[in-house]
Amino acid sequence: MKEKQKYSLFLGCIIPNRYPFIEKATRKVFDKLGIDLMEMDDASCCPAPGVFKGFDIESWLLIGARNLTIAEKNGTDIALMCNGCYGSLYEINHILKTDPEKRAIVNSHLAKIGREFKGTIEVRHIIDILYNDIGVEKIKQRTKYGRKEKLNLNVAVHYGCHLTKPTQNRPWNCNVEEPRFFDELVEATFSNSLDYRDKNMCCGAGGGVRSAFKDVSLDMTKEKLNNMTAAGAEAIITACPFCHLQFDLGQLEINNSSKNINNTKYNIPVIYYTQLLGLALGLTAEEVGLIKSKNLVGVPPFISTEPIIEKIGEVIEG
Amino acid sequence: MSDLRYDKITNFSGSLAEEMKKAGLKEINACIQCGNCSGSCPSGRRTALSTRAIIRKIQLGLDEVLYDKDIWYCSTCYTCLERCPRKVPVTDAIIQLRNLAVQKGNMHPTHVSLSHALYNTGHGVPIDNEKWEKLREFHELPAKPPTAQSNPNAVDDIQILLKSSQFDELVGIIEEDEQAIEYENELDYLAKNVINIQAIVEVLPFL
Repeated sequence: MKEKQKYSLFLGCIIPNRYPFIEKATRKVFDKLGIDLMEMDDASCCPAPGVFKGFDIESWLLIGARNLTIAEKNGTDIALMCNGCYGSLYEINHILKTDPEKRAIVNSHLAKIGREFKGTIEVRHIIDILYNDIGVEKIKQRTKYGRKEKLNLNVAVHYGCHLTKPTQNRPWNCNVEEPRFFDELVEATFSNSLDYRDKNMCCGAGGGVRSAFKDVSLDMTKEKLNNMTAAGAEAIITACPFCHLQFDLGQLEINNSSKNINNTKYNIPVIYYTQLLGLALGLTAEEVGLIKSKNLVGVPPFISTEPIIEKIGEVIEG
Repeated sequence: MSDLRYDKITNFSGSLAEEMKKAGLKEINACIQCGNCSGSCPSGRRTALSTRAIIRKIQLGLDEVLYDKDIWYCSTCYTCLERCPRKVPVTDAIIQLRNLAVQKGNMHPTHVSLSHALYNTGHGVPIDNEKWEKLREFHELPAKPPTAQSNPNAVDDIQILLKSSQFDELVGIIEEDEQAIEYENELDYLAKNVINIQAIVEVLPFL
């Protein structure tokens, strides 16, 4: 019998601390697909490539290497859900495996906390695991018998930059100007992936731009939202919690901005891929975390997902 | 224009150019100033960020680029690298410039706050409000995630590493005993505190 697939789940910061329903949906979907997820109890920030790598590359390497050693001790590859964590950990793993000089420096620091980078594991984005290991055909077979009423959602897929770029350091081997793998995964949920202008453009959040220059970052988001709206998107599908935050909270921020002189009201629900896949596999809206808490104020989702819940024929309580 | 010396233009030999080469970014010399990067830059469409100009300034060794706000507008999307006909690692060059800028003390207050959050909690975006724990519980997850934040030993280890790489000094982390000495210069202390308060207010809405 083939051994059950097992990964160490790297949570990062934004998913567990701001968008926990992404964690919930991913755990449920992986359970349904028969993939075991081990915890990484000591794990920290990846650390974020857009900010911390830009402040001090050596510290970025050290904190990332520490996270990698946790999975090495678990004896499994890492599965992660964030393009930023992917950018950092995938690249740090690659640098330390291929550059003996940097590895020696990093290990001399790590020795102070009794750790050593050994280079025994791989770093995988869950989109990579779903596409390259499980495969679109197998997912289709599962979704065919999952939800009775097919989803039939018209969605704008947002890859997010660090999922595919830089291509020299990613496992896709695709045309970076027109990748298809994420669209194929979305179509496997019986949803329709829309073409829209400048589809591969950045959401605007990365590189420390959101934290330092929110106006600039939201101006990029607005351009994407306009293009998604023009294509008739009923939902935005993401593979990264920071893009997810930028589209979800960002729509609210743009709507409420003093610069919004045309009084535009953006209102496109934002759904993480494992939430969508969960629905297609037959999980309820509640199980994939689409329901918003009525008692908590100032928590996501900031853009209501009710139109989606209604469309797929579930009843919203209350 | 006294900086545009003949030898710098032909040999790309300014100290900044040398420093970038040392960091493994020697491909910068291959830039032919075609502007594909600037034409592809989503941030450059709406700000003064000109990736082409930044690469040229590195080639010419013009250190002024380290004081340039523009290098912080890059969202690190890497479209420039993908479309560059000479495979110049523009984004990586900007990241390297940011490292050098931070060494000169040029850092946005919100970025200082993020760095302090990393040092103090192990997370750039920590659980800093009870509502995030309640939100986790609403989604049937443990109130505290199984990460460094629920584990003080992990935070200790992270601080050891960040001291080891002198990140603490770089971003102005002040330990309590050192703080006592700092307090002696009260004006200095007040000035620092005011900056920190501003930084916190700016970050408050979400991050």
